[in-house]
Amino acid sequence: MVKVYVPIDSTALSLGAERTAKKIMQEAQSRGVEMTLVRNGSRGLFWLEPLVEVETAQGRVAFGPVQPSDVAGLFNAEFTNALADKAKAHPLYLGLTDELAWLKKQQRLTFARVGITDPLSLEDYLAHDGYQGLKNALAMSGADIVKAVTDSGLRGRGGAAFPTGIKWNTVLNAPAEQKYVVCNADEGDSGTYSDRMIMEDDPFVLIEGMTIAGIAVGATQGYIYLRSEYPHALKTLNEAIRKANLAGYLGENILGSGHTFHLEVRRAAGAYVCGEETSLLESLEGKRGLVRFKPPLPAIEGLFGKPTIVNNVISLATVPIILDKGAQYYADYGMGRSRGTLPIQLAGNLKQTGLVELAFGATLRELLYDHGGGSASGRPIRAVQVGGPLGAYLPESQFDTPLDYEAFTKIWAVLGHGGIVAFDDSVDMANMARYAFEFCAVESCGKCTPCRIGSTRGVEVMDKIVLGKNHPQNVQLLRDLSDTMLNGSLCALGGMTPYPVLSALNHFPEDFGLSNKEAAA
Amino acid sequence: MDNTLSHEQHAQIQAHIQAHQHVPGGLMPLLHAIQDDIGYVPEAVYPEIAKALALSVAEVHGVVSFYHHFRTHPIGKHILQVCRAESCQSMGSAKLEAELKAKLGVDYHQTTADGEVTLLPVYCLGNCGCSPAVMLDDEVYGRMSTDKVTALISEVCHG
Repeated sequence: MVKVYVPIDSTALSLGAERTAKKIMQEAQSRGVEMTLVRNGSRGLFWLEPLVEVETAQGRVAFGPVQPSDVAGLFNAEFTNALADKAKAHPLYLGLTDELAWLKKQQRLTFARVGITDPLSLEDYLAHDGYQGLKNALAMSGADIVKAVTDSGLRGRGGAAFPTGIKWNTVLNAPAEQKYVVCNADEGDSGTYSDRMIMEDDPFVLIEGMTIAGIAVGATQGYIYLRSEYPHALKTLNEAIRKANLAGYLGENILGSGHTFHLEVRRAAGAYVCGEETSLLESLEGKRGLVRFKPPLPAIEGLFGKPTIVNNVISLATVPIILDKGAQYYADYGMGRSRGTLPIQLAGNLKQTGLVELAFGATLRELLYDHGGGSASGRPIRAVQVGGPLGAYLPESQFDTPLDYEAFTKIWAVLGHGGIVAFDDSVDMANMARYAFEFCAVESCGKCTPCRIGSTRGVEVMDKIVLGKNHPQNVQLLRDLSDTMLNGSLCALGGMTPYPVLSALNHFPEDFGLSNKEAAA
Repeated sequence: MDNTLSHEQHAQIQAHIQAHQHVPGGLMPLLHAIQDDIGYVPEAVYPEIAKALALSVAEVHGVVSFYHHFRTHPIGKHILQVCRAESCQSMGSAKLEAELKAKLGVDYHQTTADGEVTLLPVYCLGNCGCSPAVMLDDEVYGRMSTDKVTALISEVCHG
């Protein structure tokens, strides 16, 4: 029976995939067309969602975007016989999915299965190289697993880019009765959704990665700290964990190895600062999400005071392929000290948004124009924010920067979690700078003064600048305040809010009512 | 006990407290469980929570008030969250939020006069590829306009 695929990913659902799927089932029944409907993840081509695929002898054929009103027409064109001329003549026919330029240009390692499999089918997962990494890991010592992760060059994909293997090694060597693996799934950065896609579209890969982490360092309990804004991810993860437990991939005596690893999802509650690892740990302990002083590092004294691995979703979901294909296979991708691939998320004012996984090294310009197709509005792209609300705004003159942690550091910017938000020339950058302070004021945990007070003073000084009050003095005040926040804050929330603020001021002084000379003064 | 709570609601809360009192870090899951059932976390139950989890009432209050997600008062039948983050701003969310406020006759954190919809700001729904985005109850919607959101609201309220 022919298989028809309609994604169940949140973004596809947000564009009507549920109604499209229902309509396809209704039409199939009333017309007596035999088919199996599979709810897969999203391939990550969001301008084509809901993307409907049909299995053929040559691979899957795509149609999109398919609204419920298009479904009758697809059946009229006999789209389930997707290699025939009649189906090819349909206006929504896109050809073989794997041949679509968007996908052909990518190197999907972490996202290898996303959009291809049914997220909750363990059989599907196993049939697509799932749990190969765990099987290899079970035959290795903890130190060798950690060494493989270190040798792969994997760095924390949450944003801080700290070498994952070094963090694991600290936990491995910390003696303790109980250790923990915590997955930071509090993906709060605007412009990012790769964590959500992994959790909704390939949850077993995250579970496998966390299990390997637990076995490597001797941790028997894992927690996924999931943001409350992701209800679909919550349901999918809980169901996948249930299935993994039933099949012996989680719980006690995993695959007969004698290893134990329990996994539980904990819901966050809408505090951006809880994406900061120590604040997250406080929250997991049932407290206010106040940032902790470091040291001690969480790897030494983390959750409930025990040695704890805290890694982002993408970091953990990348571990299985490293253990499956080997550290060198992964390290062969990338440039400089940025090894492997980065799942990049194109967002905001772009014609073609979606998930692009590439080896490090592609330029921002390639992503914005070759992949993104330029602005959605048709107006020039004026500014791009990379790395979430604490990331710098980049002007057109910096679009040739390669996506590489060090190259971004060099231009006083951050790659962060790989989110790219494009703005056209209607953007008011003074307004965006004001918003950065406003966001910091809303989300500050309140523990340190530069962040708690500085963010509110920042909104006030921006209001004066926008009104043109006492310009030179207020711009100086803005710079002084930013300096205090940069150097005096306890964590990245207060410490990096000056990135969007000062980059907006430095690159777009005209929006602050200043000439270039005045801005620099 | 809060006399605005029914016996059934009180029993639900008691059951949740019992189920969570020995869970490590159990306060957050407990607050979620209560809010999922009752719609908010009644301040009147803080002493019971505190006692069961060996905390002070102030600590319980501190946690509830720290997190944007938790509420201490009943709200409308439906929750409309409008994303205010950068990606949605790049696609005109400022205009969308202003128009929705005018159309619903409420500001953020307020409920429409008919008690149907509570309007809340949200900072990212993870749907940044289809900005501007809103969330109505547990469903996210992309590439929204004022007309589309208005249609969604009438669908869930009267549909």
